[in-house]
Amino acid sequence: MDFATLLQVLDSTVRLATPLLLACLAGLFSERSGIFDIGLEGKMLVAAFFSAAIAAATGSVWLGLLAGIAASLVLSGIHGLASITFRGNQLISGVAINFLAAGLSVLIAQDWFGQGGRTPSLVGGGRWDNITLPLAETLSGVPVIGPIYAELISGHSILVYVAFLMVPLTWWILFRTRFGLRLRAVGEAPEAVDTAGVSVVGLRYAAVGICGLLCGLAGSYLATGLQAGFVKDMTAGRGYIALAALIFAKWRPWHALGACLLFGLLQAVALRYQNIDLGGLTIPVQVMDALPYILTVVILAGFVGKAIPPRAGGEPYVKER
Amino acid sequence: MTDSAPAIELKGISKAFGPVQANRDISIRVMPGTIHGIIGENGAGKSTLMSILYGFYAADAGEIFVKGRRTEIPDSQAAIAAGIGMVFQHFKLVQNFTVLENVILGAEDGALLKPSLAKARGVLKRLAEEYELHVDPDTQVQHLSVGHQQRVEILKALYRQADILILDEPTGVLTPAEADHLFRILDNLRAEGKTIILITHKLREIMEITDTVSVMRRGEMTATVKTAETSPEQLAELMVGRKVLLRVDKAPARPAATLLEVENLHLVDAQGVERLRGISFGLRAGEVLGIAGVAGNGQSELLEVLGGYAEATGTVRVNGREIPLSGAGCDGMARRAAGIGHVPEDRQREGLIMPYTAWENSVFGYHRDPRYQKGALMDQAAIREDAAGKMERFDVRPPNPNLAARNFSGGNQQKIVLAREIERNPDVLLVGQPTRGVDIGAIEFIHKQIVALRDAGKAILLVSVELDEIFALSDRIAVMFDGRIMGIREAAETDQRELGLLMAGITEDPGGDAIAAIDAAMAEKERREASHG
Repeated sequence: MDFATLLQVLDSTVRLATPLLLACLAGLFSERSGIFDIGLEGKMLVAAFFSAAIAAATGSVWLGLLAGIAASLVLSGIHGLASITFRGNQLISGVAINFLAAGLSVLIAQDWFGQGGRTPSLVGGGRWDNITLPLAETLSGVPVIGPIYAELISGHSILVYVAFLMVPLTWWILFRTRFGLRLRAVGEAPEAVDTAGVSVVGLRYAAVGICGLLCGLAGSYLATGLQAGFVKDMTAGRGYIALAALIFAKWRPWHALGACLLFGLLQAVALRYQNIDLGGLTIPVQVMDALPYILTVVILAGFVGKAIPPRAGGEPYVKER
Repeated sequence: MTDSAPAIELKGISKAFGPVQANRDISIRVMPGTIHGIIGENGAGKSTLMSILYGFYAADAGEIFVKGRRTEIPDSQAAIAAGIGMVFQHFKLVQNFTVLENVILGAEDGALLKPSLAKARGVLKRLAEEYELHVDPDTQVQHLSVGHQQRVEILKALYRQADILILDEPTGVLTPAEADHLFRILDNLRAEGKTIILITHKLREIMEITDTVSVMRRGEMTATVKTAETSPEQLAELMVGRKVLLRVDKAPARPAATLLEVENLHLVDAQGVERLRGISFGLRAGEVLGIAGVAGNGQSELLEVLGGYAEATGTVRVNGREIPLSGAGCDGMARRAAGIGHVPEDRQREGLIMPYTAWENSVFGYHRDPRYQKGALMDQAAIREDAAGKMERFDVRPPNPNLAARNFSGGNQQKIVLAREIERNPDVLLVGQPTRGVDIGAIEFIHKQIVALRDAGKAILLVSVELDEIFALSDRIAVMFDGRIMGIREAAETDQRELGLLMAGITEDPGGDAIAAIDAAMAEKERREASHG
């Protein structure tokens, strides 16, 4: 493999890792507060659809983004209502949201556009432009560093940069701010937060809200950045992969970045090398496509060492007598 | 002092949970700069009252005055603002946070942590010196001993500038030495003018440290008296509503042949932590061997192994016959057949099936006895009659065998278990925490039954975290620490201090500085467990 190919694969890794990373950080906020969220998938899906639909209708990718975030927040609100206010089962609520999103997105798409559950292909202002970072042209002549800067670092849409900047920001919020301290506490020992006179419900809604926002970005990027429009089930399990990455990362932001890049790399390799020929033995494309999912199963089965989730995760908080 | 306004005054507080009246028309005045004890049996309403004071529940009726001013306390925030701090029985700490992080949680000074942490570090240093509240600010709470975790809770309250401190059953999880240290801290706090409300069911603590004591019974405040002007006997009577014998009357033991021999017992739990590390002892007919120790030092595992529901290695002989410690023949039913009766530590989980009736519960473990069989079926009539007899002899109230176990009070549940095990006339009786959560009246009865069984020539192994109970019943006392027996003493020849040191794993009296030695020993144990965890 030559240097240019490697760069292309890595470039594609960055783009494929972006929605995973956003969703993974979304899950991190929610789960750190003690609310398990398997509805990342569903939230991304509705965000993808509404972003594409509104972008197609208005020609503005920014309006599309807002619509996607709003849709994702609505589902977050439902999850919050079910699991925080009504103390329901968080897994069941998450599953319901995924079903709801899968059905609703296609239904509305068919009703609005009549193209078999997809949106029209986005053109022009309906998609994110790639940003060329300063000096990318000038530096591209410099060996090694030049191409890395020009191809790998420069030339992505704004959401990619937002996603990667979210990693240090998340770390800073979690470990350096009052909100972060309380957020981590409420996922570990809500009774400690409660007796300290801080609202458990308020904190958890805030976390679920941030989760909705980030899922909105993730979904929006899928439909208006990575691809040009919405198609049925376009999240293709990315919500679950993000969850696996979150467990792999043991709920830590920098590790989440690493885990998402790994999954992104696998997807990029699968895209680039449809059939790998190993001297007589050809690995079929299906195996390559399945790789990220196989890794997900391996991680979820606990082959990567002990991952201790936030202690109060999944448990509705009830004041004890 | 008497003419200043009370630190806390409650007037006519009532609170009901459904049909249960937890607090009825309670009025109480707590004077500033005093330690005010609130004593009462389980379910008397002490915790409910304090939860109202800390804003966990809203009272149905009544008023709260703090420092003379009428105060509404709708939530914990309001209680903290009013200067009230609470140390709960079950600590409200974030286990994987450091001491500092736990202290500032909810009391941060700004959106960023750094200044808050720096300020708290200084305040903690000052508080530590002022009140003997030393604890390393950068250690994660999960690596602290229970005594130190409690100090963190007190520090939390003081950091929020509480001048009224409520402690709910603070000594339940402490060694005697740790409890002594806690009382020294409370003394210091009182000297600085803080007001302390101490909730407990231990008469000795009330007599030792409080200035005033209020007694609660069945949701009502029955009396408030000056501690100096009362006696344990009078307080017990006020708690129960009748005269109670606090001391167990028993003749000297006449031990005979050894019935139970335990040699070199080892047990490693599922997490890989060695819970029993070579336990050996002998138990003779006609004696009570008390196992003392802070909860979690292997006592539960010892009972589980002897009771037949945990597997271990080593040798156990009953009446000279070896019994299997793993595999086939190692179960509760086999143990009972071998002559070992067992009153488990946790009666609600191990001793009874709560939704089942008293008559069903009265035969568990013995239900294959031919007396209870009619062909392939249970002889319900016979079991019911049998159960009614047991309930009468053991004074279970109400004496109705058709009632579900969960409908009995703690003391009466315990009597059902005791009746089942004692009436089968076992050679060896294992008894775990016989009076945990049991009211004083029932304690008296249960203790009498245990002594009577001893006098009938049976061997009794008593595990209890209540040192008073160990002293009251035992002829010999073994102390467990960290999976080992640190020593076995004749009950008549030892005292609280010696046992307290053994409970912390210290076999040689370190002289004056016992606390430091205990701290070091406990920290070492925590580290060993954490390294597995």
